[in-house]
Formats: sequence, structure tokens, C-alpha cells
Amino acid sequence: MTRSLGEVLADRRICICVGAGGVGKTTTSAAIALGLAARGRRVALVTIDPSRRLAGALALSELSNEPRALSREHLAPAGLDLRGEVCAMVLDPKRTFDELVSALAQDDGARDRVLSNRIYRELSGAVAGSHEFTAIAKLYELDRTHDYDAIVLDTPPSRNTLDFLRAPDRLLQFFDARTLRVLLAPAGIGARLAGRAGAPALALIRHLVGVDLLGEISLFLSAIGSLIGGFRDRASAVAALLQDPATAFVMVSTPESEPVRESLAFASQLRAAGLPLAGLVVNRYHPPVPERDAATAAALSAAIGEGLAEVVLAAGERAQVLAARDQTGVQRLEEALGEVPRVLVPLLESGLGELATLGAVARELRLR
Amino acid sequence: MAATVATPLLERRLVFVLGKGGVGRTTVAAALGLLGAARGARTIVAEVSARGELPDLFGRQAGESELELAPHLWTIQIDPRRALDEYLHGHLPLRMLADVVGATRLIGYLAAATPGLRELLNTGKLWELAQSERRVPLADPYRLVVADAPASGHALGLLTAPRTFAQTAQAGPIARQGQRIDDMLHDPARTGLVGVTRAADAAVTELIELRAALGERAELDLDLVVVNYCPPIGASSRDVQALRAALAHDGALPSDARAAIKRALFEERMRTVALEQIARLEQELAGIPIVKLPALYVERVGLADISSLASELEAGL
Repeated sequence: MTRSLGEVLADRRICICVGAGGVGKTTTSAAIALGLAARGRRVALVTIDPSRRLAGALALSELSNEPRALSREHLAPAGLDLRGEVCAMVLDPKRTFDELVSALAQDDGARDRVLSNRIYRELSGAVAGSHEFTAIAKLYELDRTHDYDAIVLDTPPSRNTLDFLRAPDRLLQFFDARTLRVLLAPAGIGARLAGRAGAPALALIRHLVGVDLLGEISLFLSAIGSLIGGFRDRASAVAALLQDPATAFVMVSTPESEPVRESLAFASQLRAAGLPLAGLVVNRYHPPVPERDAATAAALSAAIGEGLAEVVLAAGERAQVLAARDQTGVQRLEEALGEVPRVLVPLLESGLGELATLGAVARELRLR
Repeated sequence: MAATVATPLLERRLVFVLGKGGVGRTTVAAALGLLGAARGARTIVAEVSARGELPDLFGRQAGESELELAPHLWTIQIDPRRALDEYLHGHLPLRMLADVVGATRLIGYLAAATPGLRELLNTGKLWELAQSERRVPLADPYRLVVADAPASGHALGLLTAPRTFAQTAQAGPIARQGQRIDDMLHDPARTGLVGVTRAADAAVTELIELRAALGERAELDLDLVVVNYCPPIGASSRDVQALRAALAHDGALPSDARAAIKRALFEERMRTVALEQIARLEQELAGIPIVKLPALYVERVGLADISSLASELEAGL
């Protein structure tokens, strides 16, 4: 008998919600955090979705890089008995990266050289990879401070979970390309050190990129190069954290065919990376609807008239198509993912209010 | 400034389809692709951060190169590494090509670690596809390139990277290339932006924010908004009252019939909320044409469904 999601999450310190965009990852993460807090845990809820989704889901006007403790009064509409606490934060990738640079830099000079570099300044906040990297860097930070019993991370809307898992590796791989560092070292010395093999490549890169940009890139790399050791330590610590048995990956999906397809691709990436899935949450599920039958149609016609009965039955038929679709989707997920604790969260009425919705989802997740 | 008539969307060369994950961006990109091809324009739907959804619709396997799906309709998965390779071969003097092999790995590292370069390469490939004279040797030009962009935040990177590089590099091939691409992105006769959303709170909010960010960070605006999954016409408000009354007063109603009425009322409440969201969108994005596409009640969206959405989309253009 498979354990329930609640049982699985009970002894985990970190819960990472992964999944395709638009499947309700942020809401699910927030509901998991509330559910854990209802069990008395002190929870950090972290998202890096830039679009204020988490603030919206928590009925707050804004959230920032600083953890914000949510008061019981504020969370009261969720209707949960919160014995623990939830602190929420939205990572600003640029700021988080700045903080990381500051933490790793050996002195103020090294820090300022990176922070004032034009490439770093203009692009560090806006690029693929930096979101992913900052998210896990922050995860590591939060875990190390031991301020929280549990951390729930809402991962960035990425089509590729591997981007997220590989971010530290990719950065390291780059810094390990020693030849490149030599190539990009201040002109002259670089070319000499690179020797015969490096000189044409250097000329080529210079031709391609242009001297000005190359200069900026070179400054960027040499500035950030002094932080390599720190990055490397950090990256291996983060990799260890992802593999830690106290870390749980929870897949969030909807039963529609496209999200299911993406979820299955994510799941196999996780498996390949040796990171087992701890649970599956299927949102917006349409439960089975009985087929149209003559007796019900007759009873409806008698009670509300034939025309209105037809309106009701047509709605039933639409619900039936969606239920059949969702049945297929859930089946595909179950077949591919095997014995993983899963929760089906039915499509909830919209317009309930943010916190009431969160409370409803948290109850459906049955974490208690 | 002279008043000009806007170029119809499908007569532009490069159309970006933008929006949050899960709103049906690919469906809209595919529908636009079908419309372009139906007009006899050689059309390609380019998936950035590929999922291979479009080839799948046609029962085909996604590949790296341009793939013909139907008459006049092609598709490609944009791959930044491949784009880099093509760029190198197209831009380097012959005498340097021999060094490319040795340098490719290094340049690959450079591209992976230089912030924004991946986005620049992706947009550069889209630009290349949309040129009358292709850079790729022997490749035929496309009249219409529909870009199925990645989710909102990353999409913004695609649209801003060329200008950022043009400004940072100032001189040299990358600066020139960045400038050329940026010029095209900001030419409304050649480039169009379509925002996709669904009639739900989070999706609508994100599209409104995306539009603001486009203006602030890229000096661009949406040419068209498509709202997917619009609810069907359901019960009238009088019907709703009658249904509620039946639930409240008719104790003799069998439980199956009661459940059916509750389902209809549930659908009706969802519809009301969806309509509120559409109204909010219309108010916030006043001035931008909005096309509403109906929710599909099918187990799996197939080619026939997309064709029918395409006709609705065409009627709204």
C-alpha cells in the first residue's frame, strides 16, 4: 500500500514542486506550505515566479526577497488551524545573485568589479539559467540557517526541469574550461599562454564578438573568476542537497493531455538524474459524471420544464467529456509514474477568494 | 509622423506568440500557421524551447531541421547551439573557418555562460528564417514565421537581447547583427506580437503584466490578444434562478437530477467568473483587438480542432 502524500512529506525538510507552466504549481506550493504549518511546522515558502502569483494567491499586495511571516489573522479565511508558521518570499533573481556574489567575494574590490560590470548589470537578472541557479542557491542558504523546519520551493516556469537541476553544473563546467579563461585573460598574456593552439581561436572569437564586447566579457569572466571556488563549493553542496533523502520532489500537473505529456518528460528527467518523485498532485480534476439517462431526463423535465432540462443535460455532457479526458490523463500519469502517492484536486469553484481557495486545496491534499 | 494603415498580422514576416504556460500558446501558433499556409504563403511555425508539439499534431517526429508538415506549412525546433553553428559559418571569413572546429567548444562555453547570448541566438535564428535571402545556403525563404515563444519571462529576453547586445558591443559583427534584428523587431510592417491568455485570474494578470513589461523594457506592444477556452453560452440568469429554486424547494427531485442541476450551476458560476476576467482584460488592454476562442470539449486537441479554431481566429482578425 502506497503511503499518502501527507505521510511522505511528514519527515522531509525540503519540498520542491516541479511541473509544466500553468498547472497550478504556485497554488499547490502555497497549499502544501499551509498544510505543513497546520501540522505545527515552521515553513518557508519560496517562489521565483516573477509575476507576483504567490502574493496574489496569498492575498497579499506584494512579497519581496525578505521572508515575510504571515499572521494567523491574515490566514484565517483559509479555515485551517495553523499551529505552525509560514514565511513567504519571492526571489528577485538579480538581487539574489548580487547577494551570492557579495557572499562569495573575497573582498569589496572583487565584489564591486563583478557588480559594476556592464554585462553582469544588464543581463544577470533577465536570462535563462540565472532564475534556476538563484533558486537553488537560495534554497541552500535557507536550509543552512536552520531557521525553518520545512522549505517549500515553487520552481520557475520552465519547460525543462533539467535546466533547473543542471544550473550549478553548467556554471561550473564553464569555469572549469581553463583554456577559455586563458583565452580571455587580458590580451597579450592570454595569447602567449594559449600558445599555438589558442591563438587562432582567440583571433576568431575576437573577430566574431568584437573587441568591445569581448573586453566586457573578459572583464566579467575574470571578475567572476575569483568567485569560482565559492561557486564550486556551493554547487556541490546544492547537488548534495537535491539528492538528500530529506528532499522531496512533488510533481504538479493537470490531467489535460499536453501537461501530462510534459509531466512525463519531467519525471523521466528526474529519474535519470537519480532524483525519485515523492508525490504527484493533479489539479483541476473533473470527477466522473454519470451518463445521460432517460429517467433523470424525465425527472428534470417534470421539475423544471423540457427547455431548461436540456440546458442542464448539455452542461452534464460537457462535464462528461472533460471527466473522460481527465480519467485518461490520470491513468497515463499513474501508469508511467508507478506507485507514487498521488492526490487528485478537483476543479474548485473560482471566485471563492484567494485564501479560501488555498484552504480548500490544502484540505484536498490531506497533509494532516 | 505620417498616419499609416497597420500591416495585417498575417502579412508580416515574423509573428511572436507570447503568454503564460498552459494558456494554449502552441494551439494559437499552430492556428496562425494553418491560416498562413491556407493563404498560400510559405509558412513556418518555429518552436523555441522545443516540445515537438506541432509535429506531434501531424503525427510526425520532431527533428532539428525544417520539417514540412503540410503544403506550405513547415516547422522547426529552434536550437541555440545549432543556430550558433550556422551563425559562425555564415559570418566568418573563409580563412577562419578551419579554426571553428577547435573553437566551437570554447564558443559553446562562452555562449552558455554569457548572460543573454542564448536568447540572442534564438531570436537571431527566427530573424534568419524570416529573411528573403536566407543565410543558410540553399534554404528557401518563408513568407511568414510564427514563433511559439517560451513562457512570458523568457519571451521578454528574446525580444530585448538583440538591443542589449547591440548597445553593449557597440561595434563588431555582434553589434551589427543585434542592431539588424532589433530593427526588424521594432518594424510593425515586419514583426507582430500576439498575446495569448485564458479567461482565468492568474493568466489575465500575467498578460497585463507582460504587456506593461514589453512597453517598458522593449518599447513594443501587443498587436492582438487571443483568449482561449472561453466558456460556452450557458443558462440565462432567469434559468439560474429557476434551477436554484428547484434545488431548494423540490424535495421530490431524485438525487441524480439534483446532481445534474448542481453541475449546471457550477458551470454557470465558473462562466460568470470567466466573463468577469474577460471584461477586466478588455478594460486593461483597451485599444488592442481581442479575439475570443471557445473552450473545446474534446479528450485531446487534434488537427481538426485547430482548423476550426483557425477559422474563428481568422474571422476575428
